Amino acid sequence: MSMSVSRIARAVAAKDLRIELRSRVVSNQVLPFSGLVMIMFAFALDNDDVLQRVAGGLVWLATLFSLFILVQRTFAVETYDGALDSLRVAGVNPQGIFVGKSVALFVQLLALESVLFLSAIVLYRVNVDGSGLVLLVTCVLCASAGLAFVGTLYGGLTAGARGRETLLPLLLLPVVAPVLICATRATESALRSGGVTVGEGWPWVGVLAVFAAVFGLGGLLSFGSLIEE
Amino acid sequence: MNSEAQAIKGVGTPATRMYGLMAIVALGWVLLGGLIFTPEDAVQGDAVRIMYVHVPTAWVAYLAFIVTGVASACWMIGKKHSLGFDRVAGASAEVGVVFMGMTLLSGSLWGRITWGTFWVWDPRLTTTAFMFVTYIGYLAVRGLGGTAQQRARRSSVIALLAVLEIPLVHFSVVMWRSLHQRATVLSPDGDIKMDGLMLFTLLFGVFGFSVLFAWLVSHRQRIMTMQDAQQTSALDAAVTERLKEAQV
Repeated sequence: MSMSVSRIARAVAAKDLRIELRSRVVSNQVLPFSGLVMIMFAFALDNDDVLQRVAGGLVWLATLFSLFILVQRTFAVETYDGALDSLRVAGVNPQGIFVGKSVALFVQLLALESVLFLSAIVLYRVNVDGSGLVLLVTCVLCASAGLAFVGTLYGGLTAGARGRETLLPLLLLPVVAPVLICATRATESALRSGGVTVGEGWPWVGVLAVFAAVFGLGGLLSFGSLIEE
Repeated sequence: MNSEAQAIKGVGTPATRMYGLMAIVALGWVLLGGLIFTPEDAVQGDAVRIMYVHVPTAWVAYLAFIVTGVASACWMIGKKHSLGFDRVAGASAEVGVVFMGMTLLSGSLWGRITWGTFWVWDPRLTTTAFMFVTYIGYLAVRGLGGTAQQRARRSSVIALLAVLEIPLVHFSVVMWRSLHQRATVLSPDGDIKMDGLMLFTLLFGVFGFSVLFAWLVSHRQRIMTMQDAQQTSALDAAVTERLKEAQV
């Protein structure tokens, strides 16, 4: 009797999140790292007005840097002791694994972005109002979904490969460039940096949603053949 | 012994020798025509001669990536998962990366002379740079090791994901530029009034470089076939040796 994709996904996501809660690597290492990156940006740019203007871009750059660490981690726990192979041998549906790991990554990304936006508000003095907040939250949800899907997809591909620490950013950075462009523009609208209005941000969120849909579908179709080895 | 290894004695065949000869003749003409016979451009002067290399290499790079995508899809769809398709995909991507590197290099030199800058954030240039990096990543994935079938499976997925990725990158860069600033320089084509000989030389360049592409890819994929065969025959030899040891 095989389990349905959604049950497998729930089980895998719950397992991943439980591991993160108990090991505390994300909360004690990845989140402080991303906060540190935000402080380093301030040192590098050294100008309050510039920081306020480019805050959106910096938040998303810091997200991408932390994404690599999160993705490596989410697959390190699978390749250690051959856990991924055991799942495959047990006949677990790879689509369920893909969705489950994406959901867990999505939740971790949301936690990460909350920290980054809070530090932008505190350190870079950005402001967000009601309609901006709606745009910002939608943008964060769509962008995180897209990043979680591509992260899981490429993380599964490089899991267990030699030199994966360097290969993953090389593969992933070009793919996530649209997310950086669109999420940054939408965030700038939400924060009204450089005189853009909130309305101008919505088309960018549309592209983010398309990105998430395309790579979600691509992942469902191809994840099985990537980890089947 | 592996039969594939015995079947191929060298990597040249009468067909590849013919393309090779065609490529030499065509590129010889482009060299003479591009540097000597064609006139200089009224606005750009001698700089326009970069076009005879820039445009054909760009064309070949795009062609190469299309071939990689199609061959990867053929590998995936085919019931037998024939490694021939995988090798064509890999060989074509290698040649494509080299030609795209040449395109970016010749383009930025041309840009420096005509626009006064090596690089502009034009959507077409930006997408091209992203394709270059994406296929470098594709080649890195091919080099991950494992069996030939593992390599084929991983790399075909990456090649097909690139087909999804590139339009998204292009679209978002177009949107980024159109809402922010208009390209302030000439369109990348320049404003070239082509005379007949120039156009002829350019088209001949496209033809010559395309034949060169076919020549390189057919040789490269044959070398890959031999490498794969060598890997399996080395494994067979090792297994036979161990079996002999067990019998003693």
